[in-house]
Amino acid sequence: MSDNQLLEVIERYLNGEMNADERVQFELLCKENADINSRVKEHQQFAKLLKQYAERVELENRLNAIHDEIDVHTLKEDLMVHPSWVIQLWRQHHSKISVAATVALFVMVSALYLTGAFNNHDSYVELNNKVDKLKRSNESLSRSIHDIKNKPADKYSGTGSGFAITSDGLIATNYHVVQGPLDSVYVQNADGVSFKAEILYAEPQNDIAILKIIDKSFEGLGTIPYTFKRSESDLAETISTYGYPDGRASYRNGYLSAKSGLKGDSLHYQISIPINPGNSGGPLWDSKGNLIAITDSKQAQAEGEHFAIKSRYLLDAIRNIPSDSLNEKVSLNKKNALSNLNEVQRVKKEKDYVFMVKIYN
Amino acid sequence: MNKDSNHSAPTDNEVILGILNNSESALKRLYVAYFPMVLQLIINNNGNEDDAKDIYQEAIIVLYNKVKAGNFELSSKLKTYIYSICRRLWLKRLTQLNRYGGDIRDFQEYLPVDNEVELHNDRDIQFDKMENALQLLGEPCKTIMEDFYIYNRSMQEICERFGYTNADNAKTQKYKCLQRLKKLFFQQK
Repeated sequence: MSDNQLLEVIERYLNGEMNADERVQFELLCKENADINSRVKEHQQFAKLLKQYAERVELENRLNAIHDEIDVHTLKEDLMVHPSWVIQLWRQHHSKISVAATVALFVMVSALYLTGAFNNHDSYVELNNKVDKLKRSNESLSRSIHDIKNKPADKYSGTGSGFAITSDGLIATNYHVVQGPLDSVYVQNADGVSFKAEILYAEPQNDIAILKIIDKSFEGLGTIPYTFKRSESDLAETISTYGYPDGRASYRNGYLSAKSGLKGDSLHYQISIPINPGNSGGPLWDSKGNLIAITDSKQAQAEGEHFAIKSRYLLDAIRNIPSDSLNEKVSLNKKNALSNLNEVQRVKKEKDYVFMVKIYN
Repeated sequence: MNKDSNHSAPTDNEVILGILNNSESALKRLYVAYFPMVLQLIINNNGNEDDAKDIYQEAIIVLYNKVKAGNFELSSKLKTYIYSICRRLWLKRLTQLNRYGGDIRDFQEYLPVDNEVELHNDRDIQFDKMENALQLLGEPCKTIMEDFYIYNRSMQEICERFGYTNADNAKTQKYKCLQRLKKLFFQQK
């Protein structure tokens, strides 16, 4: 019997097309001949798989047809909006949350009391860079770089750093950089061009402020090359920042040394990068070009300890911007254009999105 | 209220009976009911709407096959089951893409479903191989294989469709095609 004929017999057997006699004979043959037996099994499985594959394709087509009728875009808008999510959660769980909050508050207050936290105040010294110092060290340099077309003279009273979060000119920085009575805020890009900005939103408790460029000459930035990471980064992660200490652009790198700040403060990471005056509000990236924190003030007493605010708080702040102060919803860049680049190439791209924040009062 | 019954989530039993009876409307109501939940999970955990579609359809297929196989016991709410499968699949995908940052933002309760997801993945690999093998097989073999093994057409019909002069020629052709398909299938790693 040729293989071709054998296949035909096997198929007739599997399809139940044999009469009783043939069946008995064939089953006997299978028992005696292990080779034929295994061929029957193999063919049965293969034919079944082919059939299941076809069923799967058909099911996928049905699901796709159903999917096409769903208005995914509208759904997505609804589900991404923070307030509605919070409200939902609140509606479902408000009693539990209230109880939990009360207990948490009680535990916290008593713990603070017991550890004596109320008695000594650890101070973070804010890193506003005062202009006197700047004047002394950099007078000539600043004159040559600054574009003073828009203003009578570049007599700002403080500087910090900031970085773009959207290409239409939203800039994140530290609240303490723009805190207090001020006349105006300008942000200056890597080419030394300044743009007028306003404070769009601030969360003083987390030391985060969001600025918006309102200058008529501002034409928007290119697509933001970095992405924003919500989850916490790991210890020893290689990190880098770019900012304007002393009003001069500077790149630095190091590693993430602790996942919390002073006294277990969960708002901050501790980092090995020395944060100089003027760095406040600058970006902190991991080695893949994810933005993971905002560089923040340093502690005066303990030399060598530096901190950065976790990006989660920035993302929350962005969500909390009241919708009536925005023309359109903030949509953050989700496509990382940096992950395959080396450090030098990456910084070259990133620096165009970092600004010096200048305060006038 | 006809409108209501179309838009509200079907009961779990309706879904299971619907799947067993090949009801298109039950499948549709199931799909529409839980897609937003999965979309929410994915887009708030580093994914986009296309990822959500992929993951959700995979989960529906897992559920569908389980119900069809007849060994589906409802030990939790269907909603929880679907969420758990999607969550597991998405974690896996995130890890593959190196986008997993160590935690995931959850919106529902979930169960451990690792085994079912593994089983599903194994089967998916087989289907991918089959798809490739059929692609490589080319015509007329592909159609002959589909006609005979998927649509259960008789050799007589196939003979007429392809204009073979006699059934023996068609049989020989079919045999050759099957041998090639098997070879293409088993060659793949």
